[in-house]
Order: sequence, then structure tokens, then C-alpha cells
Amino acid sequence: MAFKKLINFKALSTSLAALLFTGAAMAQTATATAPAADADAASSAMWTSVGYYVLLFILAAIVVGVVGKILRVYDLTLQIQGKKPINWNRVMGVLFLIFLVAGFYGAYWEFTNQGTMSLPRAASVHGVDLDNMFFVTFGITVIVFFITQFLLFTFAFRYKGSDKRKAYFYPHNNTIEKVWTVIPAIVLTVLVITGFFTWTKIENSSDRPGEAKAINIDITGHQFAWEIRYPGADGVLGAKDFKKVTGINKLGVDYADKNSFDDLTADTIVLPVNRPVRLNIIAQDVIHSVYMPHFRVQVNAVPGLPTYFKFTPTITTSAMKGETGNPEFEYLLYCNKICGGGHYNMQKVVRVVTDSEYQQWLAKQKPYLSDALKKELKMPVDTTPKPAVPAPAPAEKKLALNY
Amino acid sequence: MSTIAVHGHEVAHHGHDDHEHHHHDTFITKYIFSQDHKMIAKQFLITGITMAVIAMILSILFRIQLAYPEKTFPLLETLLGRFAPGGKLSPDFYLSLVTIHGTIMVFFVLTAGLSGTFSNLLIPLQVGARDMASPFLNMLSYWFFFIASVIMLSSFFVQKGPASGGWTIYPPLSALPKAMPGSGEGMTLWLISMICFVASSLMGGINYVSTVLNMRTKGMDLWKMPLTVWAFFLTAVLGVLAFPVLVAGVVLLIFDRSFGTSFYLSEIVVNGQVMPFEGGSPILFQHLFWFLGHPEVYIVIMPALGISSEVIATNSRKPIFGYHAMVYSLIGISVLSFIVWGHHMFVTGMNPFLGGVFMITTLIIAVPSAVKTFNYLATLWRGNIRFTPAMLFAIGLVSFFISGGLTGIFLGNAALDINLHDTYFVVAHFHLVMGSAAIFGMLSGVYHWFPKMFGRLMDEKLGYLHFWLTFIGAYLVFFPMHFMGLDGVPRRYYAFTEFKSMARWLSVNTFITWAAIMSALAQVAFLYNFIHSIFWGKKTTQNPWNSNTLEWTAPVEHIHGNWPGEIPTVYRWPYDYSKPGHDEDFIPQTVPFSQTMSSNLPHDFEDNEAGLEAQSKWDLANKPQEEVK
Repeated sequence: MAFKKLINFKALSTSLAALLFTGAAMAQTATATAPAADADAASSAMWTSVGYYVLLFILAAIVVGVVGKILRVYDLTLQIQGKKPINWNRVMGVLFLIFLVAGFYGAYWEFTNQGTMSLPRAASVHGVDLDNMFFVTFGITVIVFFITQFLLFTFAFRYKGSDKRKAYFYPHNNTIEKVWTVIPAIVLTVLVITGFFTWTKIENSSDRPGEAKAINIDITGHQFAWEIRYPGADGVLGAKDFKKVTGINKLGVDYADKNSFDDLTADTIVLPVNRPVRLNIIAQDVIHSVYMPHFRVQVNAVPGLPTYFKFTPTITTSAMKGETGNPEFEYLLYCNKICGGGHYNMQKVVRVVTDSEYQQWLAKQKPYLSDALKKELKMPVDTTPKPAVPAPAPAEKKLALNY
Repeated sequence: MSTIAVHGHEVAHHGHDDHEHHHHDTFITKYIFSQDHKMIAKQFLITGITMAVIAMILSILFRIQLAYPEKTFPLLETLLGRFAPGGKLSPDFYLSLVTIHGTIMVFFVLTAGLSGTFSNLLIPLQVGARDMASPFLNMLSYWFFFIASVIMLSSFFVQKGPASGGWTIYPPLSALPKAMPGSGEGMTLWLISMICFVASSLMGGINYVSTVLNMRTKGMDLWKMPLTVWAFFLTAVLGVLAFPVLVAGVVLLIFDRSFGTSFYLSEIVVNGQVMPFEGGSPILFQHLFWFLGHPEVYIVIMPALGISSEVIATNSRKPIFGYHAMVYSLIGISVLSFIVWGHHMFVTGMNPFLGGVFMITTLIIAVPSAVKTFNYLATLWRGNIRFTPAMLFAIGLVSFFISGGLTGIFLGNAALDINLHDTYFVVAHFHLVMGSAAIFGMLSGVYHWFPKMFGRLMDEKLGYLHFWLTFIGAYLVFFPMHFMGLDGVPRRYYAFTEFKSMARWLSVNTFITWAAIMSALAQVAFLYNFIHSIFWGKKTTQNPWNSNTLEWTAPVEHIHGNWPGEIPTVYRWPYDYSKPGHDEDFIPQTVPFSQTMSSNLPHDFEDNEAGLEAQSKWDLANKPQEEVK
């Protein structure tokens, strides 16, 4: 204890010395030249505030030391007076009980307050299935959580040690052990089976009978943006080859494939409501991840390994605006696999609209095969159909990418 | 010095002379290039604690960025220079901090710091061996670890900063120096450091396995080993089998980075420039990484579970409930841990069918974990609990293990993982179940075996303060993160300012940061207590916790070979606490049944018919007397 005080005293005096020193430094700045003075003043202000925080901590440490000392003195006086010393075992037991109550209240508060902030309403068909599974799992785990934590801390309180009794020698009980091996096994089996079927259903890529054909959309990630490509009237996306990538042909679309010619490029992902969509996911440089929490969609974009995710959006953006009461609400797609310095801002707006709005929007999209690209590929530039598209596509994209 | 250490029982008869005409230790052979397992354990511990403090400071730095993304802190520029221009962390350095924090905590603290310390200290002492099977290899193990630590930290001093691709260093990000600054020299140093680390881990692991298998004292059959030794043993087996796979993965990555191969690279265009790589697969690296990576989390948690089993039994004054079930569940976890790695890759584009299979194996592994938890609870039930700081930390471990384990059921489910993968839910999950739980196991071990290591006791009251601040702090930090994750907030984001949906979590982030700062400052209480007690702590008695295990039969003063004279013989399992009929509430493993006739149970004589006969004779002779009493 005495040593502790010494340390505190030493630390205190050094920090005081440091403060004095900063004061001296401040005084020196007065004589320095004007531009340097600014920087010096800022730096001394900084050191002063650092000094105060250090002082604050030392003060806290001293308080802890003093409280410790008082407790020790109190404890010794009790012993001198022939009373029982502080029963730390009991103190700890009681603290565990308090922690249990406070912790349960805290958990309850979190569930009711932050719980409502999280898990937005699922806006896709499979998302609803997932949420049902989530809540079943949540129900089970929360019950187990409260029971086991309750037992843990009440046992700690109830069976806190005393010299008067002896623990109950109870090395094992095979029946109980079998019971609590089998019960979790059964519960987990149920979860595994439902999870397995939900998972295979979600990952199933083929169109279900009676379902509309999925719209194929290409999304390509690179540092730090997404490029979107829609199929043209034929509904088929043209082939790609990474070796064909140039400044203008950013995706490396291969025009040996006839399907490529009518492909469209877009700034936002616009999806018709209630129609299955298949996102074809490609990465050019490093691994990215397509993540759309509202649709409960996530899959990585891997260079050299095209992936996909098929889902059906069920709520339009405007309906969601009404529901959330947020007029600025947009569905977002963002990167969820560390991909470099700009990882934290690699987003794309996703808009779910009615089918007619979708068709209107689609009609306005520009072909991927721009005039510049035609020139690059030494194709004849057709001037008649759409001469009024002077804006270069890349510049526009930049604008939309926010980066 | 090593020569004396290795021979086992045959040294017994001349053991006394042995340590009398002692070898002359110089400072270097005693404290630096020591081959004594107890000294090596201390070296591991102190290096581990140092690394933990560094990694903790890194975490506070990036927590400050997350809490105050718009503010500038001139102090940061003073401390970090070009990494924090204008007093604000740069995005790349933020990622470096996250990466190195993860790497140091997982490998350097919770693998080497935890296993290295306690396997080294406890395996020889608890199985009754004079030292490790190969003390020289053991020394090398520490020094490789030390070199790995130095190389890892040195990456802060290269121009472009340390590795920053996340602790999982997925290629192509880590393979292409152009992709981010941290993938330059920083990543090279990371890879070199990790190879040294794995070498260290293997030398340690081989030693632990061979010591446990070959050097147990007389009577110490496998079913009489304390759960700590079981846990260390199985951990070492896991490490020996899994770590080489990481080396394979890392070496191929080095090839890709430096020799132009394409093991992990294919069809890559960086900044509009087409790269020549073809035919590789980034997923291959993930398979190799997680083939180590998943056993690794059990390498982290199993020693902590072993320590807490021992601490809980000792301080509840009760035998651990279901000793056999505990061992079998450890074995179950060890075996299953090799076939669950794919659950880290559900959404990486791995074949969905594989995802389904890995989901099944993953949820099966929850069963032995659940059994362990219930057994801990049953051990506490009707115990006579003594709240030493070690016991508090062990109880804290159980609480974290429950909380974090339960969220694992969400993440292990491939379908639910779609929405939770790589969000803060994952961060919360693993920080509770393997971060906090394992570090609590480690701290519990430090408080419990401090007297064995340093011959002195730590201050209990400071331990109490340390526990409560850390315990409450850890929950305050990690519990709210679950909800951020459920809302789709991704991990490894430099700032949440670019998204309105995430910006509303800013107040929670600020709260978490202050909780983290509080828990970090609480560690000062520990560090002070630790350092102060090494030199000025109260001197300990030989068996301060009235424990049964063998290490407490060794003298407080450390001697080469651990025991003067003969190594004690073991007669019983290590958990005879509060046995009815015995006058004390513990019976050390070295006490033969013939000395405890009043408390023996028929169960104690399973393979010992002569003993059973003697016991029944004694019972016949003594029963009436007792009734008279």
C-alpha cells in the first residue's frame, strides 16, 4: 500500500512537472515568430489537455488507492475490536447478484431499444423465411441465455463460501449428463434441418416452375465502386473476358458474342417488384462483397470466380418510404468484404419500382456499346439513331459513385 | 543444464545430490536463454502481456476513430505522424490497426501467450516431470515467438505501414501490393513473422504432446490428469496438425506475391491494368487459412476452458462435475474442429452444398460446448465457493462463453449467416466467445498460478477491482454490437458517416468506445498488481489454494527438476475436494487411499481389487465404531 502511494506520488509529481514544462513551453511561444507561434500554441494546448486527462486518471488512481487504504484500515479496526473482518466472499457473491439483476435489465433494455433499431423489415421473399428462422433461433437462445446466466450468478451468490459448511461431493451423474447432451442435440438438430432446407432453397439457382424468368443483372466490383450491366431486349448478357478490359470497355465485354451488342449500362440498380432477379457478381481486382441487408442478400464478389444471388424483392422503395416514415429512404447495396482504403464507402442505390416504372426506366438506359467504345473497337459509328448522347458515360458514373 | 532436466524417474534416487552440486547459472542461461520450463513460461507470459497491451492500445486508437469520425486529435499526429495526418487516422492505417490488433490478439496473446505460458508451466508440474521432453526445443520455441513478435511490430516502422488486409489476409488484396499500401512490405513482414510464429508453435506443441504422453509420473494415468493438462494436450495436438496448413497457405501466398505464380490469383484487373494471373483461386487460400483458422479458435479457447475447470473446481471446493464428460467433450471439440472450417466461408462463393454440410458439422460442435457449460454450472451448484480473483475470472469466462456461444448458433446457420456475415454481429460474437472468454481464462490462470510462478501472492482487492471493471466493460463493449450487426453495419469500416442508416449508431459507437477505454484503464490495476507483486507481493505458502494437483507439492523456490528428491507418485484423480468422511476439504493427488480409509468410495477402486478388499476389511472393522460415535 505504501508503495502504491509512492508510485502515485511519483506519477503525480512527474505529471505536474510535465504540466509546468508545457507552461514554460507556452511562455516560450510568446517570443517565437508569428506562424510558428500558432503551431506551438496548438501543440501546447494539446499537451495541456493530454496533461489534464493524465491528471484525471492519476486522480482516479489515487482515489482507488485511498479507498483501498480506508477499507484496509476499517478491516483492521474491525479485527482489533474483535469483530469479524469484511467478508469479501459475501461482498463478491452479492455483487454477482447485483450484476445479474442489472445485467438482465440491461439486456432487456437493449432488446427493447436497440432491438427495434436493428433488423429492418425484410423486403424479399426469402428474407421473410430467414427472419422467421432468426426469430425461432432468437427465442431458443434467449431462453437458454437467461436461464444459464441466472443459474451461474445465483449459484455464485447462493453457494458463496463459508467456513461452516462443506461443499457437496457430487462428481458425476450419468443420467443428468445424458439429458443435457441429448436435449441440446435435439434442439440443434431441429435448427440444422430447418436451416439446411432454407439454405438450399435460397441457394437454388434454377427458376421455380410457374415463376417468371429471372432478370439477369451483372454487378462488377472494383476498388471502390460497382458497375452495373443490364441485358438488352434479348434478355441475355453478353460474354466477358478480363483481357479485353480497357479504359472505355471497363468490364471487358466481348463483342465476339452477339448478345453483347444490346447490353445496357446503368447508374443505379432498378428492380421491378415481385420479379425474381439474378445478380451475377464479379470482382475485378480484389474480393468484394455484395451486401443488401434489406433483402437479406449477401455473397462475395471473387476475382476469377463469378458468383450469383437470386432473390425476389417484395416492397417498392416508395412503399418502404411510407413504412419507415423516412422520405429519403433508399435500399442500399454496399461492400462487406475488406477491399482497401475506400472500403467504407462503396455503395450503390437499389430502387425497387413497379413493373411499368421499370420498363420506362429501362428504355432510358444507355447502351454499354458507346460511341467511344465503338471507335476503340474500330466498329462503324452509327450516327443516326441516338446522336443526342454526348455525355461521356464514365464521367456520369463517377458522379453517381460518390467516390 | 538440460541434461538433468530430461531424465524422468530414474533420477529419483539421487535427486537430492542432484540439486546440491548445482550447475552454475549465469544471468544469460537463467533469464534469457533459459531451458527451464518455468522460466520459459514466465518469458511467454511477460511477452504475451506486453503484446496484449500493445494490441489493446491499437484497439483504443481505432475505437476513437469510430466514436469521433469527424474530430481531429492533434495528439494522434504527434504519436503516429504520417499515419494520422492532421490528427485523424488515415483509412489505410485504420485497417492496419484492425489487422494488427486481430493478429496480435489471436496469435501472439491468446495462442502463444496463453498456451505458451500455461502449457509450459503446468504440463511438467502437473504430470510430474522434471522438465519438458526437449528443453532446448522449448527454448527455441520461445525465441522464435519473440522474433515473430519483433518482426510483427517492426512493420509499424516501414514506409507504407503494417499489413492491412484484415487478420485473415485474404488474397488478392494481400497479394497485390498495388491494391493497398499495407500489402507492400508490411504484408511481407506479416508473412515472415507468421512463419516464425508457426515454427515456434510447432516446437512448443510437439514438446507438450511428447511430455504429456511420455513423462507422466508414476500412477499418473491419463484419467488422473487434471483437465488443464487434457486441454493443453489436445490444444497442442490441434496446433501440430493445423498450423502447418497455414504455413502452406502462407508460402503459396509468398510465391504469388514475389515470384509471379497464380495460386490464388485469376482474372485480375487493377486500376484498369490487366494482370497476367490466370487459373488460381482466392477461395483456395480461404480453405487453407480456415483449415488452421477454425481449429485456431479452439486452440485459443480450450486452454482457457482447461484453466477454468481447474480453478472452478478448486475454488468451489467440489470435484468438477462430469470429469469424463469434460474430457470427452474436449476430445469431441478437437475432432470436430477440423471439419467445421467452411462456416467462415458460407457466402464466399463456395459451393452451397458444402455450405450445408459445414452447417451441420458446426452445429454439432455446439453440443460438447453446451455440455461443458452445464458441467460448470453443476460444479458451482452446492459448492463452497471461494471468490479469489482467479475464481471471479473463471466465472466471467463461463458467462462470456454462454453469451458468445449462443450467438454462434446464429452464425453457424448458413441461412442466417447470409445477413450476418462480416457484420458487427460477428465481431460481437467472437470477441465474447473467444476474445473475452479466452483472455479471462488467461487472467484467471495468472491470478491462480502467480504464486507458483513468482512465489508471491497478488493483491486480492486490486484483483477484484480489475475483474469487475473488465467484466462490466467487456459486456458494455460487445453486447450492443450485436444490434449494430443485425442492422447491417459491416465490420472493418473506417467510418459510418457515409451511410445514414449507420450514422444513427454513432451514439452507440461513442458509448462503446468509452466502455472500451474504461476496460483498458482497468488493466492498469492488473499491470500494477502484477509487477508490484512480483517484487513486493506477500510471500506464498506451498499450497495457497489448498489444491489437489501436483504442482503444489513442489517447493515454492524454483529448482531445476521441480522436486527435490523423488518425483511424487500419484494415487488418485485431482478432484477429491470436500470428500465426505475426510477431515479436510481436499485430498492431494499424492495421498494414497490407504491414508484416507474414512473417505474412500467403492468407485475409487475400479481397477484395484486388492485395495477394494483392504477397504472393505477396514469398513467392517470401523463401521460399528462410527455408529457408536
